[in-house]
Amino acid sequence: MDIFLTYLIVFLVGGVICMLGEVLIITTNITSARILVTFVLIGVFLEAVGVFDYISDFAKAGINVPIIGFGASLAKGAIGAVKTHGFLGIFTGGLTATAGGIAAAIGFAFLFALIFKSHTKK
Amino acid sequence: MDDKKRNETYNKYVMSKIPKTKPWPSLFNSFWVGGLICVLGQGINDIYMLVFPSLSEQTAWALTLITLIFIASFLTGIGVYDQIGKFAGGGSIVPITGFSNSIASPSIEFKSEGIIYGICVKMFTIAGPVIVFGVVSSIVVGLIYWIISLF
Repeated sequence: MDIFLTYLIVFLVGGVICMLGEVLIITTNITSARILVTFVLIGVFLEAVGVFDYISDFAKAGINVPIIGFGASLAKGAIGAVKTHGFLGIFTGGLTATAGGIAAAIGFAFLFALIFKSHTKK
Repeated sequence: MDDKKRNETYNKYVMSKIPKTKPWPSLFNSFWVGGLICVLGQGINDIYMLVFPSLSEQTAWALTLITLIFIASFLTGIGVYDQIGKFAGGGSIVPITGFSNSIASPSIEFKSEGIIYGICVKMFTIAGPVIVFGVVSSIVVGLIYWIISLF
């Protein structure tokens, strides 16, 4: 029962966040690049003011899977690296924390671009 | 015809040609598709924690996100993800899978222009601004914390 409740919360929180993105699309005809940038900045802000971890404990994947989680790990990496490495951490922290995701996205995109052909022109 | 009037009629024409999304069904679709992608992520994470109990929470999350990115790039490659995107709108853009799709989709589409100028350049048409804004804001946050830590 406990696990069912967790998944329900994940579904509801994740769904509402994605719906907010759709609301932005409908009301402003915004492009997908701007949506992604907006949500990344929201994530950076939530982490910087220290709210994100509380939401993350509660909503788990519901907030970590949306791109808000990506922004939060950028900020978390920068803050953590400043604590351990001092000044250098300002520059190394953000990308170090998100290296896995960025490298995976670039690597797999390159691989599949070599394998598959375009579908959009049909 | 003066410029102002011409611009007005042109803008009206453009607005009439922009594809209109029906608000209520698209809100509902983006809600349940987005929620489902998050549930999928939670499921993958729980399976990793179950199979490899020695993983730290952070490592398990990183593996989960990489798995989701892999799935999304593959679905983009076989042309399925763009269909989901047409149906779900924000539900397919906002999750990390949308970020992955925004990298994979143009690189596959512009493959015909060559590896360097097609795949590698077009890869970052959407992801570029995201990474730039993300990195710059993380530098700002790091800088603020560094200054605070001085006192």
